[in-house]
Amino acid sequence: MKKFLALVMALAMTLSLAACGGSDAPASSGSGESVVAADLKVGAIYINSKNDTAGYTFAHHSGIVGGMEDLGLDPATQLFIVDEVPEDEQQVLAAVDTLVAQDVDIIFGISFGYIDAMEKAAAAYPEVIFSHGTGYKSNETNFNNYFGRAYQARYLAGIAAGLKSLEIGNNNVGYVAAYTTAYAETASGINGFALGVQAANPNAKVYVKNLGAWADEVNEKAYAEELINTFGCGVISQHCDSAQPQIAAQNAGVFGCGYNSDMTADAPQAHLTAAIWNWNVYYATAMQAAIDCEGDASQFVTKMGGPAYYGGLKEGFVDASPLTANCAANTDKAIEAAKKLMVDGEWDVFSGVKLTVAADGTITQADADLVDNAGNVIVAAGGPSVEDGVITGTMNYLVAGVEEV
Amino acid sequence: MELNKLDVISTFIYNIVLYNIPLLYGTVGEIVVEKSGSLNLGVEGIMAVGAIFGYVIGCYTNSLLVGILTAFAMGALMGLLFAALTVSLQANQNITGLTLTTFGLGVYFFVGNAIKSVGWPTMSNYSNIKNGFADLHIPLLSDIPIIGKGLFSHNILVYLGIAIAVCMWCYLKHTTPGLRLRAVGENPGSADSVGINIKRYKYLHIMLGCGIMGIGGYYMGLNMSGSFNSACWINGYGWIAVALVIFANWSPALAILGTFVFGFFNTLRVSGSSLAIAFPEALGWLAKVPTQLYQALPFIITALVLFFSSISKRKNSGLPAALGLNYFREER
Repeated sequence: MKKFLALVMALAMTLSLAACGGSDAPASSGSGESVVAADLKVGAIYINSKNDTAGYTFAHHSGIVGGMEDLGLDPATQLFIVDEVPEDEQQVLAAVDTLVAQDVDIIFGISFGYIDAMEKAAAAYPEVIFSHGTGYKSNETNFNNYFGRAYQARYLAGIAAGLKSLEIGNNNVGYVAAYTTAYAETASGINGFALGVQAANPNAKVYVKNLGAWADEVNEKAYAEELINTFGCGVISQHCDSAQPQIAAQNAGVFGCGYNSDMTADAPQAHLTAAIWNWNVYYATAMQAAIDCEGDASQFVTKMGGPAYYGGLKEGFVDASPLTANCAANTDKAIEAAKKLMVDGEWDVFSGVKLTVAADGTITQADADLVDNAGNVIVAAGGPSVEDGVITGTMNYLVAGVEEV
Repeated sequence: MELNKLDVISTFIYNIVLYNIPLLYGTVGEIVVEKSGSLNLGVEGIMAVGAIFGYVIGCYTNSLLVGILTAFAMGALMGLLFAALTVSLQANQNITGLTLTTFGLGVYFFVGNAIKSVGWPTMSNYSNIKNGFADLHIPLLSDIPIIGKGLFSHNILVYLGIAIAVCMWCYLKHTTPGLRLRAVGENPGSADSVGINIKRYKYLHIMLGCGIMGIGGYYMGLNMSGSFNSACWINGYGWIAVALVIFANWSPALAILGTFVFGFFNTLRVSGSSLAIAFPEALGWLAKVPTQLYQALPFIITALVLFFSSISKRKNSGLPAALGLNYFREER
């Protein structure tokens, strides 16, 4: 009997506890407080150290901090970072848990390999916004992905390289690539650049060396030297992190187009212009959308106008860095004209219309097949631009005039 | 595209030397250290410390010599730390070496980022450094076709590295202190009993070897044109040097050979496709080798070297018998 009594009392206590808990709940979750700018908490998951002073993580960190400052947010108190997170699902999910425990409203994951973990986390935490860089997964509520039309900026850099190759009378252009056709990102970058070169110099050949790694500073230098010394290239472009190809170009007395950031300071006598990212453009847009959600994370994808953000020259997300004095005459005019066509949406790189840059920097349009270097027609003359899904996902060919060596 | 066959070969040889000499510095330095009976796994970190201080101070003083001496001194200082921990305090050598790697890379980034925040010295602005590291064309020899450019038109640090290797070979093989050093590494108890000052020998040679590694790090920094990024200049070369010591059978002379054999495979990745285009019949297959295999090649070679050296019971193995064992006099 005593036992029974004890059991009943214990049960009563448990129930009353549960009741208390239940009565507490609406007080916190039901307040429906709107997230105003001053309250927005931003989370970020980085692949490398947040203290890096160059490279991929640095570019994103600068973009997030810059985007916060654009919106009047304070990175010191409103930005929460978990850095040096490898592309391992458990570790990414642990980083997400850490950030959610700090009450963040939106989490940016910057590395491609976070993709599956971000998808799971978005389902597990519907009250938090997840935004994944360079990926392709999303849902209809709180999970989007973002990337940019780097090929447009590379096309502009290609024009600068093509005009320079005409000026120096050397049709060989080199390109140090992290990968070639293994990723659509690298293939579209090479193709965009090569088409820009060909617009200015139809006889130019682009020689590409495949690094097989996203970052490998020693070989980035060695590959550039090989392209310069053995293949006689007079302009060197790159898809890799360090400025070594530009420095190698300067040491050899040739020219180059950098990537990711303006590399003029690294090679002042060689650098023409770089295809650059302005990540703060996206981050400010996404954070503004998060603020506009007013606490309802499920509105995020709607507020962003879709699950995949793919900004280009028009949004100012990518651009060509300021031209240096090393550029050939009229490079500025030609780039300005080509940029205007893309900003206005009148023309895009991978279409059946080819631009031709004249010596005075004016641009003419003409219908022409877009052909890959195996002779296959990708887009027939006059045809529309290839779809975004191809550029971000399935482009696995190099255009005519590009040779992988 | 038609490539000039002779140019392709001479560039290939040139690159083998240019990019792999840091391995020689690391290997010779580690041989000197190991001959004293100490296994130092901190090569990567020691090279990094030598590199960052050598580069920055060399630039500030605009003197290649000051840079070399600083790199040597900072490497030696790391050696002093290693010796103090393992020789005097009897700490485990493996752990201490690994600690020095972590510590050295930390110092590299700490110092580098601090300097970068106040203004990074760009190598091209320091004429004596830039010109000091430029290629020297040895008269007559550098005019020999193919190998002239490959072997006899390099920067001064290449020749310094070879000279240090030859000197260390002579020192270990043909001098009394060298003989005593080997005795310390083989059997410190016996060496002690004939009156050799074990501690002094160990301290001095650990510092000497680590100083040589430091210069190798400085070389890496100069070869990367002093461009400071998110990756360390040393790039894993320190680890390969540890393996090359075994390949070279603890002989600085063989280390020169080892460096070039290893460098051959290392450089194939860069020049493979050029060789394939220049010699389509003989070497065309090189272009079909996937990049990933080229990337893995140095490590596959390392694994093979370790495999074969461990199964061959050579009588004249250069492995110091007391390698890795701390010497504690009272336990003699």
